[in-house]
Amino acid sequence: MSQHLITVTVENKPGVLARIASMFARRDFNIHSLAVGPTEDPTRSRVTMVVDGPEMEQIVKQLYKLVHVIKVTEHLPGEAVEREIMLVRVNADPSRRSEILNAANIFEATAVDVGAATITFEVVGEPSRLSDFLEFMRTYGIISLVKSGRIALAKDNKSASRSRKRTA
Amino acid sequence: MADQLNGAAILIRSLEHEDVEVIFGVPGGAILQAYDELYSSPIRHVLARHEQGGGHMASGYAHATGRVGVTFATSGPGVTNLITPLADAYMDSIPIVAITAQVSSAKIGLDAFQETHTWGITMPVTKHNYLVTKIEEISSTVREAFHLASTGRPGPVLVDITKDALADEMEWHGPQEIDLPGYRPSVKGHPRQVKAAIEAIINSERPVLYAGGGVIRAGASNELRAFAKQQNLPVVTTLMARGAVPDSHPLTLGMPGMHGTYTASTAMQRSDLLIAIGARFDDRVTGDTEFFAPGAKIIHVDVDPAEISKIRKADIPIVGDAKAVLDQLLAQGAERLGGDAAPPRTEWLATLARWQRDFPLAYEQDPEGPIQQQYVIDQLSKRSGPDTIVVAGVGQHQMWTSQFWGFEKPNTWINSGGLGTMGYAVPAAIGAQAGMPERTVIAIDGDGCFQMTFQELITAAIEQIPVKIAVLNNANLGMVRQWQKLFYGERYSATEMSHTIPNIPMLAEAMGCAGLRAETPADVIPTIEKGLAINDRPVVMEFVCDPDAMVFPMIVAGGSNDEILMGPEDVK
Ligand SMILES: Cc1ncc(C[n+]2csc(CCOP(=O)(O)OP(=O)(O)O)c2C)c(N)n1
Repeated sequence: MSQHLITVTVENKPGVLARIASMFARRDFNIHSLAVGPTEDPTRSRVTMVVDGPEMEQIVKQLYKLVHVIKVTEHLPGEAVEREIMLVRVNADPSRRSEILNAANIFEATAVDVGAATITFEVVGEPSRLSDFLEFMRTYGIISLVKSGRIALAKDNKSASRSRKRTA
Repeated sequence: MADQLNGAAILIRSLEHEDVEVIFGVPGGAILQAYDELYSSPIRHVLARHEQGGGHMASGYAHATGRVGVTFATSGPGVTNLITPLADAYMDSIPIVAITAQVSSAKIGLDAFQETHTWGITMPVTKHNYLVTKIEEISSTVREAFHLASTGRPGPVLVDITKDALADEMEWHGPQEIDLPGYRPSVKGHPRQVKAAIEAIINSERPVLYAGGGVIRAGASNELRAFAKQQNLPVVTTLMARGAVPDSHPLTLGMPGMHGTYTASTAMQRSDLLIAIGARFDDRVTGDTEFFAPGAKIIHVDVDPAEISKIRKADIPIVGDAKAVLDQLLAQGAERLGGDAAPPRTEWLATLARWQRDFPLAYEQDPEGPIQQQYVIDQLSKRSGPDTIVVAGVGQHQMWTSQFWGFEKPNTWINSGGLGTMGYAVPAAIGAQAGMPERTVIAIDGDGCFQMTFQELITAAIEQIPVKIAVLNNANLGMVRQWQKLFYGERYSATEMSHTIPNIPMLAEAMGCAGLRAETPADVIPTIEKGLAINDRPVVMEFVCDPDAMVFPMIVAGGSNDEILMGPEDVK
């Protein structure tokens, strides 16, 4: 399934996220990940979404139909700085602990909690780094996992980003 | 000098500023304050007997007048009763503003008496909606609601206001500026696309102008007619666009799709260029899209960019208002033709004329047999004139009215197209009549539909809104029965009703209307003449009709538009 990364700038109004979620549900579009937060302008919020499927044109148009949506930008691979945070708790039997910590070092993962038989790591970075780390840790056993959802900002190079101009 | 006003007064003053002349609604606890202010306002209030009725009245009013229809409902059940008309108006892009009241802001979320999550349950069936909890926001929100409802692609907008916001007081300085940074509908089409469209049209051998409800909403009928003439284009008008061009015009092919004319549907199938204007490739028009108009390039003009290429990929998309874009097309077309005539397309037009001759819409009325619904419609049309506003419910009677009325003018046809809402006709006719008191308004209803909303005739009688209702009583949920007859081995599960219960003329009289009944073909014309002559109260004319009459042509749901059933003999 093809995934697309989009940034949606919205008016900072109550319920705007519910409107987006409701529209996706009604139109049978799928949200893979979603992160919302404030922006440089207190009247605006920015929603970063990874969405599934071949319906990109419709997704963008339907987003624009929401009155509180101001701008939708699709980022093609490499056009944006992308980050995600993950917290992952792995099995860490005392006998394998140093081996795990060494590996974590290579991925620049930080141990943020240590239990009797587990270690919890924080990994920040590009989505690919997170998935590489997870892949590696599978051999030890992943107990729990949480991700922040991806955030992105278009690179400061105007011609590199194919911004979908609003047509609505 | 600013007045110290409560929220309800600000609401009513704001509605007066929008030139609202009539509100259709039902009061209740949460909205009491607003009704108290309405009491001393020049705005007329029409007390519906059910909020669904009030909502459809607002829709009928908007259809007939082109203005925004307004409906009021109280919190909780008042709002839930309003869902159907909101969904209906959303599907058909009808501008209505619904004002509803909510429990006090301090009680929201506590399951207070008559609390419902209005904002949440109406979100998917409105163009936009609001929850207003502060008096300061009432005025600007009303302004925004009217702006949103009536511009771009029109639609229903709901404003839910808490009881405390209606009761609070503040100094009011009049209507406020609105700020909608995310809402900038396009009006004009892109000139390059307009140019490309004209080139494609001039080079087309078998074009079809495919006009949808957007043409009516944009008030673009004159421009459409002029463009068809300028470019010599045959026109099909969808269920929502009937009347956009006169049915008597030689370039008019009628309605396409499931119960459309053979010529309209087949012209699209054989076309090399469809020029869709304010139409949305609805499945009732296209049938199975895989087989729809296989050889046609598509020009798609719509004010809503999301409609373009949603169902069928457009080769030349043009985002803009139908009227503005038609004006551009007319100007560009005139320049391109430079005084020359449009391509004659002799062969294509001759083919279409032959189909129209060979496959006309027709019916037969046996003088000894049961009344045929088409005969009633035909006679009503002939005797009431082209300015009559016709409203329909949903079912066979709706399709026959679309087929046999013969529309000559825009905004004379009101029906529930997208949602297909049974019970629409009676309240929508009342709304239309309230907005157009000098016009004759006739609802053509089925007995099933009539029994969903007839209580609004009480409203009409008391409010002196003299609509005329023709009930084509086939003692059945006819359209469903037709499918059972054709595709379910005549197993008539739950579609049978009665020719005698209720006694419709008696029921009409009981509601303060005149009640008439025609039982034989010979009764039809006298009944119509009598009904049309009564103008001091609503009239219900019941026609006891043939339960076995069926609507043809017919394209089976989900089938190919190449396979048109012209009569029962074509059903395998
Ligand atoms: C509210 C609602 N419920 C059910 C339906 C499904 N339905 C479509 S047409 C129809 C029959 C309508 O019967 P009637 O009003 O008698 O009209 P007729 O088809 O007989 O002309 C039904 C039940 C609907 N469209 N709307």
